[in-house]
Amino acid sequence: MTLLLLLLPFAMALVAALLPSNRWRPWVPPLTAAIHFPLTLAAVFGEPMESHAAWIGLDPVGKPILLLISTLFLVTSFYLTGYLKYHPRRENRVFVACLLCTLGSMTLVAWSRHLGIMWIAIETTALCTAPLIYFNKTPQSIEATWKYLLVGFVGIALALLGSFCLAYSSLHAGLHPSLVFSDLLRDAPQLSKPWLHVAFVLMLVGYGTKMGLAPMHTWKPDAYGAAPGAVGTLLAGGVTSCAFLCILRIYHICCAAGETAFVAPMLVFMGLFSMAVAGIFMVGQQDYKRMLAYSSVEHMGILVLGLGIGAPALFGTLLHVFNNGLTKGVLFLSAANIHRSYGSTSTGVVRGALRRLPVSAGLFLAGFLAITGSPPFGPFISEFSILNAGFGSGHFVASGLFLVFLLVIFIGMGSTVMLMLQGKVPEDAPQTIYREGFLTVVPPLLLLGVVVMLGVWIPDSLSTLLHNAVDFLEVQP
Amino acid sequence: MNPLLNALLVVVLALNLFVLGTSRIVTVIKVVSLQGVLLGIIPLLIEDHVGWSAVFASVGTIMLKGLVIPFMLMRAMRDVQIKREMEPLIGFLPSMLLGALATGFALLFAQALPLASEHTTPLIVPASLSTIFVGFILLTTRVKAITQIMGYLVLENGIYIFGMLLLGVIPLVVEFGVLLDLFVAIFVICIMVNHINQAFSSLDTRHLAALKE
Repeated sequence: MTLLLLLLPFAMALVAALLPSNRWRPWVPPLTAAIHFPLTLAAVFGEPMESHAAWIGLDPVGKPILLLISTLFLVTSFYLTGYLKYHPRRENRVFVACLLCTLGSMTLVAWSRHLGIMWIAIETTALCTAPLIYFNKTPQSIEATWKYLLVGFVGIALALLGSFCLAYSSLHAGLHPSLVFSDLLRDAPQLSKPWLHVAFVLMLVGYGTKMGLAPMHTWKPDAYGAAPGAVGTLLAGGVTSCAFLCILRIYHICCAAGETAFVAPMLVFMGLFSMAVAGIFMVGQQDYKRMLAYSSVEHMGILVLGLGIGAPALFGTLLHVFNNGLTKGVLFLSAANIHRSYGSTSTGVVRGALRRLPVSAGLFLAGFLAITGSPPFGPFISEFSILNAGFGSGHFVASGLFLVFLLVIFIGMGSTVMLMLQGKVPEDAPQTIYREGFLTVVPPLLLLGVVVMLGVWIPDSLSTLLHNAVDFLEVQP
Repeated sequence: MNPLLNALLVVVLALNLFVLGTSRIVTVIKVVSLQGVLLGIIPLLIEDHVGWSAVFASVGTIMLKGLVIPFMLMRAMRDVQIKREMEPLIGFLPSMLLGALATGFALLFAQALPLASEHTTPLIVPASLSTIFVGFILLTTRVKAITQIMGYLVLENGIYIFGMLLLGVIPLVVEFGVLLDLFVAIFVICIMVNHINQAFSSLDTRHLAALKE
């Protein structure tokens, strides 16, 4: 089953690449997702499988990430069939094939238990998503893709150097060097400390670039601005969560080595800095897709901050990975509908969206309230849990700043969102053929339903899953 | 320890400086691929008993870095009218001096690093650090898209040299995965270079500045 889950997306990518019909090809991703999702559920909630290979296996931390990726992909793939219907003339062979490869490589990140395999998988996500960002083939999307590739490559190269340093730390300590997580975790207390520190910093910077933590976030507004909305969902909810998983891995090893005191301040600083940068650029932002990108920078910051606060905040942090991913889905998909209706991402053009697109604009409003941490949505619970843990563990300054930044971001984002949604549709607003349809409205609606559910009730199975992950991460030397 | 190893690494370092000092893009491509070939030989020199997996990895590296990647880049260059890197942000001579300075510091810095005893005499760590730094210089100070990619390749070469410390630790699957990713990366980049040239009639990345706050 492991093999099936890992190979399915790549096999389907091949099918999509060979399929001659431009009209039927968009249905390959939903089909793949319809097989991938039940398999994922079976792997995540089913009987624990004995891992045969040390390199590939699903451990308690990989499980929630895999579940999130598969859920997001399921919803997004249906949306994309509706999206591609509006571009019937555009060749979608490369797009669909790369989309499926992205799913495959994200799945591999969640399954990998070897630093080298994990690195390859992350690099593959970067390569597969580049053609997705480039889909519109405008000068802006060329520029965005170029920056995405160049910044991403350099970041990931540093992560590779970090992985090498980590292996060297065991070699230097006279141990048998290895890049397998279970070996590294077992040997963690004996690892050579200076090399472990170097490895952590390089991997934080490297995978942090992929996550979009400030100040390595520069590619993010450009890429999210130029990419189709559904691709934005996969980037902001899926790929960034995968990169966060990589940071979780090295964090876990450092904690097992008893180096929490070394890593925690750096994580707290990076988290708060990302939130601050996001807040600064969100106030007065006139492009709502770039605004969403900065919101993603903010939430990546919150995740890293949660790690920095440490054990009490871990549950909230892992829950926030879910809440952020799903809410980003609502926001990006509804924003894509608004974009298609007005043909612009500027708040100078988009006005009165609630009148023109009542459902999509309503979803965007709800998504905005959710992502800024208003009850009764999911992110409120997870952010509150992180905040609570922060104050509870004596991080008064960090938690205070966290609150201040949340407030600034709420005001900044709110003014942009209200400008878009309220008022009358301007007389000269461009008319396009887009009308709200079943396939472009129901997917974000479903995601919003899940986000509301996570705000009022967390299913026991999910709660157990997250608690298992927390227990796994809390193993002390 | 093979005496040839250090000699080879010195050549690699000299090639770094040569890349920094030249303006002809085709020369840069050739020199970086030569560097890649030399790096492919290193694993065979380090181990006393050369196993099959080392030979495979070595042949793969030499084929990819010495043949396939330069071939792809040359093809991309053929469609593009530009032959030289004209106005780097830091001139050729100053960047060469900067590279030489970085190499000096790398040599000093490597002595301060806590290395295992068998890794103190060969130049692996300083060569790696200075190559990575040269890669960064190319990436940040050159304005043509294709020279920036050469910077990335040099950076990758630097990391590869560091990986020599861990010979035998990294499984063959992972080594080939890394090479495959590098191949696809350059493939994608070449397509992008072509599109940049078509859209902007230039490879000057300073044209790519429309997206900002």
